[in-house]
Amino acid sequence: MSLRIHQDHSRFKQIVRGKIKSNLRKYVQKGEMIGKKGKDTISIPIPFIDIPHFKYGHKEQGGVGQGDGEVGQQLSPGAVQPGDGHQAGQGEGDHSLEVDVTLDELAQILGEELRLPNIERRQNEKIVTQKIKYTGVNTTGPESLRHFKRTYKQALRRQIAMGTYDPARPVIIPTREDRRYRSYKLQELPETNAVIIYMMDVSGSMGDEQKEIVRIESFWLDTWLRHQYKGLEARYIIHDAVAREVDRDTFFHTRESGGTMISSAYKLCRDIIKSDYPKSAWNIYPFHFSDGDNWSADDTRQCIEMLREDILPGVNQFAYGQVESPYGSGQFIKDLREAVGDSTNVALSEIADKDAIYASIKDFLGKGR
Amino acid sequence: MPKSLTPPLAKLNQEIEGHAREFGLDFFETIFEVVSYDELNMVAAYGGFPTRYPHWRWGMEYEQLSKGYEYGLSKIYELVINNDPCYAYLLESNSDVDQKLVMAHVYGHCDFFKNNFSFRHTNRRMIDDMANHATRVRRWIDKIGVEKVEDFIDRALSLENLIDQHAPHIRRNPDPQRAEDELKSNERVEGFKVNREYMRGFINPSEFLDSQRKKVEEEKAKTKKFPERPQRDVLAFLLEHAPLEPWESDILSIIRDEAYYFAPQGQTKIMNEGWASYWHSTIMTRRALKDDEVIDYADRHSGTMGTRPGALNPYKLGIELWRDIEERWNKGRFGKEWDECDDLRARRSWDKKLNQGREKIFEVRKHYNDITFIDTFLTAEFAIDQKLFVYGFNDKRNSWEILDREFRKVKNKLLQQLTNFGQPIIEVVDGNHDNRGELLMAHKHDGQDLKGDYARETLRNVQSLWRRPACIITRYDNKGVLLRFDGQNHTEKKIDL
Repeated sequence: MSLRIHQDHSRFKQIVRGKIKSNLRKYVQKGEMIGKKGKDTISIPIPFIDIPHFKYGHKEQGGVGQGDGEVGQQLSPGAVQPGDGHQAGQGEGDHSLEVDVTLDELAQILGEELRLPNIERRQNEKIVTQKIKYTGVNTTGPESLRHFKRTYKQALRRQIAMGTYDPARPVIIPTREDRRYRSYKLQELPETNAVIIYMMDVSGSMGDEQKEIVRIESFWLDTWLRHQYKGLEARYIIHDAVAREVDRDTFFHTRESGGTMISSAYKLCRDIIKSDYPKSAWNIYPFHFSDGDNWSADDTRQCIEMLREDILPGVNQFAYGQVESPYGSGQFIKDLREAVGDSTNVALSEIADKDAIYASIKDFLGKGR
Repeated sequence: MPKSLTPPLAKLNQEIEGHAREFGLDFFETIFEVVSYDELNMVAAYGGFPTRYPHWRWGMEYEQLSKGYEYGLSKIYELVINNDPCYAYLLESNSDVDQKLVMAHVYGHCDFFKNNFSFRHTNRRMIDDMANHATRVRRWIDKIGVEKVEDFIDRALSLENLIDQHAPHIRRNPDPQRAEDELKSNERVEGFKVNREYMRGFINPSEFLDSQRKKVEEEKAKTKKFPERPQRDVLAFLLEHAPLEPWESDILSIIRDEAYYFAPQGQTKIMNEGWASYWHSTIMTRRALKDDEVIDYADRHSGTMGTRPGALNPYKLGIELWRDIEERWNKGRFGKEWDECDDLRARRSWDKKLNQGREKIFEVRKHYNDITFIDTFLTAEFAIDQKLFVYGFNDKRNSWEILDREFRKVKNKLLQQLTNFGQPIIEVVDGNHDNRGELLMAHKHDGQDLKGDYARETLRNVQSLWRRPACIITRYDNKGVLLRFDGQNHTEKKIDL
């Protein structure tokens, strides 16, 4: 049954969506969304969604309260209720409402606003998952699947047939034979799976700001790819002169000193793909971020060789993001551009600062691969 | 969809209604409907009504209510509409003791709606009118387009509190003052002073007198203000004088009607919730409660009465005040003798066994609104008993804190909070400001500044209806300011007040 309010509710959601869309650039640049992420949803502050009135500033207002306490005693945070009962923001200039948006919805908005093409799946429907579908009713089964209504119906039917049913005292007691159970079938559902392999240079020259950029950018890449693929895995590789695989948290919070050997990361990436993600079954997305400084021209040569021979042939897209830092020479992207820039499944992007993230996302995802 | 009462609920209702009548409550016929959570949230989002015009903000309200319920933060207990008959809702999953409590509470509200003077002018057929409003808006949407209509509703709603909260009780037309002025203005233009009556025609020939009269008229027309006196019903002013399309004025008048319908509820919140709580508590504890329901009842009741330091709970404040009045009139703690007694011991044991409490509260529920209720019956003893205090924001410590427990200050702050339903008072003072057709409003500043960003956004909406620049005079940090929006830019000008 559909309630009348659902129209107004979906209109509200539509408006929220429009607000997010028009403010998307701002949201993309700010890292705050990542902190507000729940399991499937994210809380987004939407400015100017409520209806403005002439009213008093809350801080002006104060009021009368009730309870214990000496004069001068502070009221605990959150004890003070905004004057009009709505969730108005604190302070001047900020009347926003926090709205929960699903990540899927957010990805859709991102796609529409950046005009991202849907990804052409390289591997289609190879992986299969099983889903339980309830199909009927049976006389046997586990107790947890007992169908109460059908069981009692059956018992009632039996009692009426046997003449033991008394309408004045409608007590129905099912016997063993009356019990009915839901029966199910396993359905096989094709599903497409994908893996993102994040690589990041954590050598001394990558500062906190650079890492913040990578963090924000990877949030949006995750969100988009998750929207495109049902099952998405993510692996994380950090490297300086050597590479190692870490968990997500370590990935974003490690800082090492020392040199940079990009080839170490590519080597590990290659091995992970080889052992865990056969290209016949997986859509593979390696993303690499660094400030563009490599140890030697020789190492860069190794990288390119590995890309050409091992990595590029098996992946949907290889992406390299170069985050500008005061220390890096920024040479690596030039070398890549020269060597593999023509390949259709390579995306290169230079990210000067947080403002550039928006455009960079488009660099990475604009090819639809 | 809503269902009528099941036989067991109908029986409970019969019982509770009987108790309510026995206690002397006097209400319109009250119809209960049984609804699911979803339906209750919907109806609550619509302000209690089953049907409202389509608008996204009901959806927003609904989302917040549903979420509050899902997260276990809030639960709506009762909803009742001031209408004849009254409509009220029961949540289908509630236990019997909850249902009885809600019914008893609802009869309290219905009695209040029927008898309190504030509601004397409210529309008792509002359910039908709301439905008609919805139909009209839908038809405008079909004709004009949803975007345009919705956009206009957004702007109109932004001004919905700009009504004259007390207008239903004040007859402003015909206006004796205006008639008086008019009469005075008819005093003759006499021309030059004439000593000898037969010379009059020569000294003041009629052409001369006519031209003099004309001059005076013109002079008057120039200084004539529009509106002649400040008009607090800004919406009415816009309806009469703004260049609105027919559909726009129809929608604006709908918004205004609904705002006036809700105004008295805002003005009697403490009394009304207190009254309903007083009666649910009385009916339940004296009559309806079964032994095995006591714990559940106590749990529900205390849930409603809970207070937080930085918020005033109208249920709690209200019920305590009603009880205080009842006790005082039972014990004769009022009048000259009581007021002049300053022997503390005597005051404490004061009991003249008058037993006029019940009678008194029934009388009070007729003739007061929150402001007069608090002003008349909030005593120093009560404020101390109830631990009332004034709180405010401390900029230095960046936190809210208790400022004062002194009775006078508490009472004044409370009255100030209630004045004009806690909304700033704003009037139209000139519809032809600067002789350029600009709209000038004035905020009657009472010590509290307007919220700046909201004021500018609202001004923008006034301008879009007036279609000429809109201005408002207010005060920030004790300095006079004229805010102006000309359709493109906001400006702010310091002025002397």
